[in-house]
Amino acid sequence: MRNLSAINNPYNDDKLMSACSIFGAMDTSGKPFSGKRVIDAIRNMHVRGNGLGGGFAIYGIYPKHPDHYAFHIMYMSNEAREKTESFLKERFHWDHVEEVPTFKARRISNPPKLWRYFLTVGSSKHESQSDDDYVVDRVMEINTRIEGAFVFSSGKNMGVFKGVGYPEDIAEHFGLEDYEGYLWTAHGRFPTNTQAWWGGAHPFSILDWTVVHNGEISSYGTNRRYLEERGYVCTMHTDTEVIIYAIDLLVRKHNLPMEIAAKVFAPPFWEHIKRMPDGEQELCRTLRQVYSGLLLNGPFTVIIAHNGEMIGLTDRIRLRPLTVGEKGSMLYLASEESAIRLIEPDLDKAWIPTGGQPVIGRLQSSDKVLQA
Amino acid sequence: MKTYLPAKFIVERDEARCIQCQVCVRQCSFETHYYDPEDDEVCSREHNCVGCHRCMLFCPTNAITIRENPRDYRQNFNWRPEVIEDIKKQAETGSILLTGMGNDKEYPVYWDHLLLNAAQVSNPSIDPLREPMELTTFIGRKPERVELDPVTMDLKTILAPQVELALPVMFSAMSYGAVSLNVQESLARAATAAGVMWNTGEGGFHRSLQKYADNTIVQVASGRFGVHPEYLDAARIVEIKIGQGAKPGIGGHLPGEKVSEDVAMTRMIPQGSDAISPAPQHDIYSIEDLAQLVYAIKEATNYTKPVSVKIAAVHNAAAIASGMVRAGADMIVLDGLRGSTGAAPKVIRDNVGIPIELALAAVDTRLREEGIRNRASLVVAGGIRRSTDVLKAVILGADAVYIATSALVALGCTTCQQCPTGKCAWGICTTDPILTKRINPEIGAERLTNLLRGWSLEIKDMLGGMGINALESVRGNRLHLRGVHLTDTELEVLGVRQAGN
Repeated sequence: MRNLSAINNPYNDDKLMSACSIFGAMDTSGKPFSGKRVIDAIRNMHVRGNGLGGGFAIYGIYPKHPDHYAFHIMYMSNEAREKTESFLKERFHWDHVEEVPTFKARRISNPPKLWRYFLTVGSSKHESQSDDDYVVDRVMEINTRIEGAFVFSSGKNMGVFKGVGYPEDIAEHFGLEDYEGYLWTAHGRFPTNTQAWWGGAHPFSILDWTVVHNGEISSYGTNRRYLEERGYVCTMHTDTEVIIYAIDLLVRKHNLPMEIAAKVFAPPFWEHIKRMPDGEQELCRTLRQVYSGLLLNGPFTVIIAHNGEMIGLTDRIRLRPLTVGEKGSMLYLASEESAIRLIEPDLDKAWIPTGGQPVIGRLQSSDKVLQA
Repeated sequence: MKTYLPAKFIVERDEARCIQCQVCVRQCSFETHYYDPEDDEVCSREHNCVGCHRCMLFCPTNAITIRENPRDYRQNFNWRPEVIEDIKKQAETGSILLTGMGNDKEYPVYWDHLLLNAAQVSNPSIDPLREPMELTTFIGRKPERVELDPVTMDLKTILAPQVELALPVMFSAMSYGAVSLNVQESLARAATAAGVMWNTGEGGFHRSLQKYADNTIVQVASGRFGVHPEYLDAARIVEIKIGQGAKPGIGGHLPGEKVSEDVAMTRMIPQGSDAISPAPQHDIYSIEDLAQLVYAIKEATNYTKPVSVKIAAVHNAAAIASGMVRAGADMIVLDGLRGSTGAAPKVIRDNVGIPIELALAAVDTRLREEGIRNRASLVVAGGIRRSTDVLKAVILGADAVYIATSALVALGCTTCQQCPTGKCAWGICTTDPILTKRINPEIGAERLTNLLRGWSLEIKDMLGGMGINALESVRGNRLHLRGVHLTDTELEVLGVRQAGN
């Protein structure tokens, strides 16, 4: 088994953490827009990163293949690609395959090859297993078993582009100005180790869920054990990884809405819970009692996204920044207001959410912005 | 028969300071000091001195110093004074050597080889004076997940009974009879004031303490003393005691002379009769028998309270604990090698069981591997001395700890190990009506409440230093511990990395 932790966390630190810039923009009307402004915004927070990681998640990017799992796979060698492709051929139906086009970017060196595959689940899936579970298992298999291959995106009608460099360099490398989507998240990384590995950049993703994260999860050990007890394998030893698995467990497997998951990750204090009305009190108490192992403690801001939804959340005493901007149907989330103002100077509303209060943007068929 | 045992302590009385007030004579329940009216002088019978320091602390002129008697035999690593004297004692009495308190031998204290983490740069430490810091802990079975009504989003999950603790520390079982009623009242009052639990032990639940029922754990042990429907109904938690760390596999014996009218009534046995707790519970010879008793108690109490099962930490504690959880225990208690007692055979106390730190790590790991850790709260006991031990236990995976010796020390105990004699000069481990008056429950409760408050402030400080503001975020978070002076195997069992690594 390939030891991803050794690649991603070569010094065997307890975990890798990332101090960073994060940005998210969503048109809740569902109208796609180009990456130009997103790249400008994240570039404006250049000094929050150190050039060792940048990335983007784009939703609504593949309207021609909306029902296919879009795999973005990074290859370090041709052999890895051959192995991976024969693995995929046995387990999926292929609709379309192509190498992701790249462009010369000044500060990018030694980029791995990135290929994308539009897949539907093959007949080797057991009837009792859902398509999503099947895909998750196959992604884990590739990432832990095939040397030199790494799947960093596997959702429908969305895609992750990331690598080693400043986010604006990564955007240049992949030509992201030419892509369109109705929801973008972006990340500039300041990691605490220097190993340059493209898979270690943000966003982290499984299925169509992505997370960009600024912070350190001090409860990592507790969270990781809780998730490992429930079958997740933390292969990368980064604290961002536990966030994505925790979301998968609560939202996908336990069917809890994001507002409730936010109350697990950044729960109200007991003193606050005691003053709530009965029903809410019971709910918050039960959530804390049952999911105490998933409280994310320590300073963090995350922007979580999946098809149709973007969520901004800080730790419950808001030790990392998050600013919200609204303009018409646009919702912006950023580490710094300056990033939003640069591309949308005339905001209807700009505000800072309190610690632990999720800011949720949804396509307009549902609620536009919810402050739970 | 002339005894060949030397005095263990030397009593030094500074004649220039002594005013012959005889406070020491009255304070010493072992009759070490006596007044000689002919010479108008206070003298000592040093053979009687147990080193409890009662006289020293009460002497108004600081005239008394108690020192250990060096007993300088020819040096011999194998035939140490304790070994020689144990043999002589048995040669003179022909009986089992009895002792009190916990194992006092030089086995490793792993707490002292584990170091805590703190936040620097990458995460900010949190000042508990400015920010909320949460130690609240819930004891009881937790379900695997929370279910909401898909339409109304109302909570569908109903939790098994939970008991809230303001900090993860409870007072461990000490029965009425082993300790005095005033000690129990001090514990009960302090537990109520501090928002934690105290434990009746197996000596019944005295009527005068029923007002503290909301903070009371009652025990069902092998003697079944004082167990009746109201006893079970009154408690917040019912604890089945299989064993205790000081004497795994051994029963208990409260001599008839300690069974006063009041003790007899509380234990529901005849006055003056020996109270024998058999070694095993005679209706539990197997894990399936344990399950029957667990569910008998749950049925009897209508599933309104957690049922705890307490064992001594023995070699295969992990496998046993797994069985206990599967037998329906909502809380499991591990009592380690250092666990104390009012009376135990010395050889058992000093040689049976395993260190609590290792048992805790092994049990927590096993329950997690089996995916059943959420089904029961894990409580550890035996040798918890200070707030750092509490926090390290939680980081190794405990939900809470039990303390007993620490609580008694707060009341005055100096761990002189004379508990089985019933003569405790501090009025703790005795039912002597005069000695028991030495504990004033009001002052006792204040001392205990202060101790818990001090520990809770320290734990908050340490948590804040780690940049964490809720205790649950360090529970089982062994990355926040590093080991020093431990072997690879010890580190592996503890699940802790070497410092610097």
